[in-house]
Amino acid sequence: MSIAIERSKLGIKETPFFPRLKELSTTAHWEHWGGYLSPSELESLELEYFAIRSNATVFDISPMCKYRIQGPDAEKFMNRLITRDVRKVKSGRVSYVVWCNDEGHLLDDGTIFRFGDDDFRLCCQERQWDWLISAKLGFDVQITEETDEIAAIQFQGPTTCWFLKQLGLEGVENLKTFDLKYFDWNGNQLLVSRTGFTGDLGYELWIENKKALDLWDALFALKDERHIRAIGSGALNLARIEAGFLAPHVDFLSADHVIRSTRGRTPFEIGLGWQVDFNKGQFNGRRALLKSQKDKTDRYCFVGFEIDGNKPADHSLIYYKKKQEIGHFTSAMWSPTLKMNIGMALLKLPYGDSVQEELWTEIYTEKELKYDVTMAKLKVTDRPFFRNKRRTATPPADF
Amino acid sequence: MTKKYDSIVIGGGHNGLVCAAYLAKAGQKVIVLEANEKVGGMAITSELGGVKVPTVAHIARAVHPKVIKDLGLNIEIAKANIPMIALNTDGQHLKFKGDQVSGMNGAIVSAEDIKGYKSVHRNLQRFAKFLSPMMEAKAPKLKNRDREDTWNLIKLGVKLRLLGKQDMQEFLRIALLNIGDLLEDNIDNKQLIGAAAMDACWGTHLAPRSPGSVLTAMYRETGDMKGTRGAAHIVKGGMGNITDKLLKICTDLGVNVQTNAKVSKIVVEDDCVKGVELDGGEIITAENISSNADPRRTMLDMVGAEHLDINFTRRINNIRDKGDTAKVNLVLDRLPSFKGLSEEDLKARLLVCPDILYAEHAFNHCKYGEMAAKPALEITIPSVSDSSLVNDGKHVMSIVAQYAPYKLKAGWSEDTRNQLFENVIKVLEQYAPDIRECIDVSETLSPADIAKRFNNSGGHWHHVEMQVDQMLMNRPIHGAAQYNTPIEGLYLCGAGAHPGGNVTGVPGMNAAKRILSQKK
Ligand SMILES: Cc1cc2nc3c(=O)[nH]c(=O)nc-3n(C[C@H](O)[C@H](O)[C@H](O)COP(=O)(O)OP(=O)(O)OC[C@H]3O[C@@H](n4cnc5c(N)ncnc54)[C@H](O)[C@@H]3O)c2cc1C
Repeated sequence: MSIAIERSKLGIKETPFFPRLKELSTTAHWEHWGGYLSPSELESLELEYFAIRSNATVFDISPMCKYRIQGPDAEKFMNRLITRDVRKVKSGRVSYVVWCNDEGHLLDDGTIFRFGDDDFRLCCQERQWDWLISAKLGFDVQITEETDEIAAIQFQGPTTCWFLKQLGLEGVENLKTFDLKYFDWNGNQLLVSRTGFTGDLGYELWIENKKALDLWDALFALKDERHIRAIGSGALNLARIEAGFLAPHVDFLSADHVIRSTRGRTPFEIGLGWQVDFNKGQFNGRRALLKSQKDKTDRYCFVGFEIDGNKPADHSLIYYKKKQEIGHFTSAMWSPTLKMNIGMALLKLPYGDSVQEELWTEIYTEKELKYDVTMAKLKVTDRPFFRNKRRTATPPADF
Repeated sequence: MTKKYDSIVIGGGHNGLVCAAYLAKAGQKVIVLEANEKVGGMAITSELGGVKVPTVAHIARAVHPKVIKDLGLNIEIAKANIPMIALNTDGQHLKFKGDQVSGMNGAIVSAEDIKGYKSVHRNLQRFAKFLSPMMEAKAPKLKNRDREDTWNLIKLGVKLRLLGKQDMQEFLRIALLNIGDLLEDNIDNKQLIGAAAMDACWGTHLAPRSPGSVLTAMYRETGDMKGTRGAAHIVKGGMGNITDKLLKICTDLGVNVQTNAKVSKIVVEDDCVKGVELDGGEIITAENISSNADPRRTMLDMVGAEHLDINFTRRINNIRDKGDTAKVNLVLDRLPSFKGLSEEDLKARLLVCPDILYAEHAFNHCKYGEMAAKPALEITIPSVSDSSLVNDGKHVMSIVAQYAPYKLKAGWSEDTRNQLFENVIKVLEQYAPDIRECIDVSETLSPADIAKRFNNSGGHWHHVEMQVDQMLMNRPIHGAAQYNTPIEGLYLCGAGAHPGGNVTGVPGMNAAKRILSQKK
């Protein structure tokens, strides 16, 4: 903790929720996220993980990059930026999106919030200011960086709707997955979107910085009636693997960050081909992607696996017929909820695509400075690994 | 109404006309759409004060022999192979002809300097000759090359070997050098160096000490129109005569040439060109479109960013295409008296750049958005060689003045244009003291005026700055080289494409060949 405070003096920013997080942190496990201090774990990874699946959890996503895009050409601008058809995203809706550079290589993924015909917000992991400014050329739009102006939490878990109703957000239970709505809360504009990274029932709450602590306190004031817990990125990461979501820097690298020219990946190579809409007209990277599809130059595929046994296979190499190395796991875990050993892997084509038999992974497990090696058999599995009706049920149950 | 053509050529500059003629010769149905009331672009002859003036370009040195031969372009020359005279205020001028330099009126050029100049000039010419095959064809790509590219690379490799080891080393040594250093390595005479150095810099955002100015010097020498490499000629009837003849060639080949037809938009559907929309709203459709307009106009204004990728648009937007070269045309009641020059001498190309520092100083102004107080000048008096331009004993003086930036800090206005005119005349008065009294009518064109009048982005001599990162397979930019653009069926055929500007016809010829070779 004291380390954290000293670091903040060295230029690492504190989010609006930091005062509360600081009080709750017993493990002092912090990490850097976009220039902010963010908890990896507050008290116990296990408790935090299980809270996601059984209670209500609060994860501070204020460091998320947020850009407001407004103006007469906003829709045209967004449609050219991202690979899917923005015209199909109605006002009051959120959509998961990806975008590519001119070579058709993924730059980042994120969500767009559509507030109106010509009013969008783009939320993502990586800074995009430079890219957006370049993209602006020839379009009548204003782009505003809102990253430091808006505090946000990811509020996830089966009981989250109950909490929001207690806050007096009338009709919040009617929000469907990917809906967004502004609520008047204590005279403030509170934006609620039914979105998240856990595959569970959940919301994201967005509020201006100076009201952030009020919101936090209002939620935690209900802690005697229903369990609520602040969590770190570690627990969230487990939930997102179960939900089958990709994480930047882990499952893919932004083409802007790679040094080796062969490390850029098309959306098709990381299992996001469904995001690419060739029929909507021009979007950035379209020509390159069409060509790579036509010439069949994609070299990789991204696959979900069920892994034999119970040893976590994170980073393990994958072999064809136990011999030929064909890829590795980018994210893998023993899923406590599913009681299943799962993982997502980047494989060289055609393995994982037309060749799905005889795939094995070599897992190294350390047992008190001694390594055991296991060859575990793999079975291609659909993502998400974790599915639960409560994610989409409207209205959600109270529990 | 919509009519269907095989190809539309946007712009009737000389390159657009050459491109159209080649396409029509191959059997295509072609239409040329020119925004101005007459074709020719920056290579025209216009009326001014009752006489004919070369509005912008005034010297022919590089119309490509292939273009001349293939199209049967018969260029009448009023005065071939004119010398260059570097003016000196006291009349002690230097005269350049080919690789020879000599002093006039007692000016002394040492034997060493004569030898030094000869050797520099010969080297530049030899290397220009070595480069010239690269100019005739699309510049080969190093990656994803086709058979023609590979063949051109092989030819280039063979040529490089044939240069011999010493020459090859010398070529590689000087190619990216600045012209000032190269000349100073071989010559002492400051006046000689100044004039020869400035000659490498016309029309570019370069001064003698800027890296890359050797490359532009070589580029100047690549032309061997009329069999003499690098020679300058005065065309009978002015440069407009070339484009008038090209127009005739086009119409004889059945090309539909429309003037006062400004293209406002290139219609793109599903990543292919469909046609163009004119200012008045008329739509004309075609399989291919070849644009003689500069790359920025073509891609950002006519196609529009919404059809293009983001980094590509950024690169187009960052193209350096702002000119530093202005033009002053004078209609004279009589010939002015230049100190130490006979009437015959006035047929030469007259240069004002006493030494390198003069040019550097003039360039400094320009770098900071000001016009040079003392510009460098390239002057011709075509009427001395070609009486058909004038009557009543009048004369025409054509002055290229450098440096005056497209983006003037103070903004271009009547006042600043007058200032530019004054600066030019004040310089000129030092060599021809009675020039002011001789002027009947004058016309001053800043780069901004040139841009406006000839519908280009920066009034740039070459449409796009001639520097190594914007040349060859990167001209105008990576992603739009070899006359192609990201939009299927859209080609670039103007000075902004390889090899570059000047009245050569090469971009137009090469683009037409490219279009024909890619026909489905
Ligand atoms: C001051 C100056 C002096 C020069 N002196 C010489 C010289 O002495 N010798 C020499 O060889 N070169 C000289 N040059 C360079 C030479 O003039 C040019 O490089 C050459 O003319 C370029 O030819 P082009 O056909 O590619 O383009 P341009 O001549 O610029 O023609 C382009 C044409 O496209 C038309 N156009 C543009 N947009 C549209 C539209 N939307 N719709 C319809 N039409 C459109 C324009 O009106 C224009 O007619 C000089 C240049 C300058 C600026």
